[in-house]
Amino acid sequence: MENRHQLDLNTELMVLNMGPSHPATHGTVRFFIKLDGEKIIHMETEIGYLHRAFEKHCEDGTWSKAFPYTDRLNYNSAPQNNVAYALAVEKLMGMADKVPARTVYIRTIMCELSRMADHYTNLGAATLELGALTAFLYFVEARELTWDLIESVCGARLTSNYVRIGGLASDLPEGFAGKVKEVFAKNRVFWDEFDKLLTKNRIFLDRMRDTGAISRDDAIAYAFTGPCLRAAGVEYDVRKASPYLAYGNVDFDIPVGTTGDNFDRYLVRMEEIRQSERIIEQCLAQMPSGPININDAAVRNPSKEEVKSNMASMIFHFKNTIEGIQVPKGEVYVPTEGSNGEVGFYLVSQGGGKPWKCRVRPPCFALTQAMGHMCKGSFLADIIPTFDMINLIGGECDR
Amino acid sequence: MFDYTYLPAPNLIPSIVEMMLKIVFIFSMNMGVFAPLLGWVERKQSALMQDRIGANRAEIFGFTVFGLLHTVTDAIKLLTKEDFIPRGADRPLHYLAPFIAVVPSLVAFAVIPFGGKYMLWGHEVNLVIADLNVGMLYVFAVASLATYGAVIAGWASNNSWSMLGSMRVGAQMLSYEVAMGLTLVGIFMVYGSLQLTTIGMAQENFFHWGIFLQPLGFILFIACALAENKRTPFDMPEAESELIAGYFTEYSGLKFAMFWMAEFLEMVTIAAVLVALFFGGWHIPFITHQGLIAAMGYLFGANFGAIAAMIIHVAVFWLKVVVWIMILMLIRWSLPRFRFDQVMKLGWKIVLPLALANIFITGLVLLAVR
Amino acid sequence: MGRLIDLCKRKLGDTVLSAHEQHGDETVVIRKDALLTVLRWLRDDDAMKFDFMMDLTAVDYLGTRARSERFEVVYHLFSLKNNHRLRVKTLVADDDPVTESVVTVWVAANWFEREVWDMYGIIFKGHPNMKRILLYEEFEGHPLRKDYNIRKRQPLIGPEN
Repeated sequence: MENRHQLDLNTELMVLNMGPSHPATHGTVRFFIKLDGEKIIHMETEIGYLHRAFEKHCEDGTWSKAFPYTDRLNYNSAPQNNVAYALAVEKLMGMADKVPARTVYIRTIMCELSRMADHYTNLGAATLELGALTAFLYFVEARELTWDLIESVCGARLTSNYVRIGGLASDLPEGFAGKVKEVFAKNRVFWDEFDKLLTKNRIFLDRMRDTGAISRDDAIAYAFTGPCLRAAGVEYDVRKASPYLAYGNVDFDIPVGTTGDNFDRYLVRMEEIRQSERIIEQCLAQMPSGPININDAAVRNPSKEEVKSNMASMIFHFKNTIEGIQVPKGEVYVPTEGSNGEVGFYLVSQGGGKPWKCRVRPPCFALTQAMGHMCKGSFLADIIPTFDMINLIGGECDR
Repeated sequence: MFDYTYLPAPNLIPSIVEMMLKIVFIFSMNMGVFAPLLGWVERKQSALMQDRIGANRAEIFGFTVFGLLHTVTDAIKLLTKEDFIPRGADRPLHYLAPFIAVVPSLVAFAVIPFGGKYMLWGHEVNLVIADLNVGMLYVFAVASLATYGAVIAGWASNNSWSMLGSMRVGAQMLSYEVAMGLTLVGIFMVYGSLQLTTIGMAQENFFHWGIFLQPLGFILFIACALAENKRTPFDMPEAESELIAGYFTEYSGLKFAMFWMAEFLEMVTIAAVLVALFFGGWHIPFITHQGLIAAMGYLFGANFGAIAAMIIHVAVFWLKVVVWIMILMLIRWSLPRFRFDQVMKLGWKIVLPLALANIFITGLVLLAVR
Repeated sequence: MGRLIDLCKRKLGDTVLSAHEQHGDETVVIRKDALLTVLRWLRDDDAMKFDFMMDLTAVDYLGTRARSERFEVVYHLFSLKNNHRLRVKTLVADDDPVTESVVTVWVAANWFEREVWDMYGIIFKGHPNMKRILLYEEFEGHPLRKDYNIRKRQPLIGPEN
């Protein structure tokens, strides 16, 4: 490559700084690009613009105070992070199997709802950046409806802060199943319209197919997970490989691509939306009744009435709040399937009320790392769909 | 050879008056109606397509007039914005570029007929500003000047993104200029003229409209015209997600507004050319030109009848133009954007050969018919 | 003791400093000088086949351990073929925070190691581009070390010191 440039007398490489504030680098990231015409000769990615010291803050607070921070990791699918963290803490406390069955199902539903919202946002944003604003707005509306559902459960649209150690903040509202049915019926229309507008659209195909491709082996070496890995033809999904929550009890398929290019990533995500709908419908059908919180006042705070009327409950409430829930010494890594890939919490406890170490494995950190690899030799314009399809979420990547 | 017969010597004064009126009319249509209103139309139409309400906030004493006042607020905003010139920019060129971009789309209109010929009090009124016999050639020549505006803007801004944008403009415009010229050769062959008034008169019969005689040429021309207009799916030069805003990244205020205006006016010009070449110009289907004048003359008398017919024809022409603008916007809001190399491939490898094939087939058919 | 730990111990002998299984997670602590060979073996051996380096991080045990074992660099490995996971650790001393880079084993380690350098100040020998990733170059100190005060101000951010 270098030689060729020396031979061309007047060829000079153009150095471009794409970002940190550039319309395409949502989530603030910087690409340092060397261009030959419009061809990318070299590309370096710089992240960290959204670093908010997630781990340090978690270490500073009690175990339950980390939940609001986890919301702000992948903010498109906050309940998933809540669930992942709760699962890790519960496992560390050795009470994973004591969590009520209803809670397990509600958590599964919330995870899948947020996966749908995440995919809607991601696919919509991708089309927006490819110039198809109308398709974007279709999926934004679908996402809003999905967020309406999440809001009806936990009162917040974006940063849910819904899950608690050993339980949930609140039970499902009345008539939730009916609302889900309504929203899904509407969203299917949006999905179909989106599909019609794009999946067979020649321009869209040309932009997505064979761009940002990564081979199966490279994807594994770069520790790809989630839709991007599956698009490369690897059938790996934590929900199937080591089922957690209620995923073992429901029937769903994992879409797998073949080429690992952007179009396969798009198709995998499109299909995952349908599969998530399936999972939620099955979960609603199987939904057990019963309590949503673990019956252990030292872990999950008693209800407000009890705290105000019962001495012991009040003491527990006080101790849980001030000292934090007591987690025995040990360490644990719990992988879960986030909408972007494997979200794993690695927790270390030295005993006591605060985490010694609270590490999250951010899926898009590994994906973003491969940007340079995937974009090298392609055109400047290919950065756009590739970057969209790896779905960098600044909050998660930079923590 | 230029044909100067449009300025007959004997009745100089009425001719000059006629000329001035036509120029004022076209200028006010473009600058007074289309340039400001298309922004509103675009907002409202895209809103309709996307299930939104669209612009509806600007108000005077509580009246929002369907969001029309947004055009006023837009104008105020753009007029009062800081006129920013980046450090290291080529100042004279930076000033000049928007003018170069906006003027061609205005003057291109000079040869497009927006009505036929009418006798008023013994004076023949020809509803076209300059009835050049090289008609379309003039449009091509002028339209290609607009490229300079964009290229110079990108160059003068001293910004890598602008530079990339202007390089894209240069390559894209050049490629599609060639293809666009060739797509219309079929039309010229069929009607035997480059003069737009002649082509317009030839389409009096509904089944002689360009769309029926040159369907392939029509499709190819639309592709080229969209590419010339630099709007999605061909908006590579400004591709906001790639190049921020392409060649006008460093423009603000009124200079930015001029690029904006240029884009809209180009759209009007394209729609007008489409109507003049392929959709019967000012003609109403199944009603002949003279037929309408005669009918109106029967109702209002010869002179006022001609005026009535003129008004109807002009209205029909603009109605068709508006419909076409809306179709162009429909395309703009539905499709994603090409990649730059794909645009070039489309231009050189698909549109150009097809245009040549179209010429060949048209020639064969013409030979067979005659 | 878990199956993987047994396999590791049988093959690696005394390079395994210690091992434990907790909540179903198997962990082996490897001697630092043998790290690269062990990880390569873990990646390539058919019974192991850890083709994914899922996560790489460090933990600072300041005040709870001897200073020669202050840091732990933690690798979370996953095998697609065998669908099993293993946690590999190596100990890094306070006064000599250097360990081998594993970028040659898994390319994915590149950014993860940079992050550990950024946050804990552990240097990875042989890393192609050992510079800060989440923080900026002018940042002083390594914030996830336990002796870094959470309220500390840095020159380029926050109000005047």
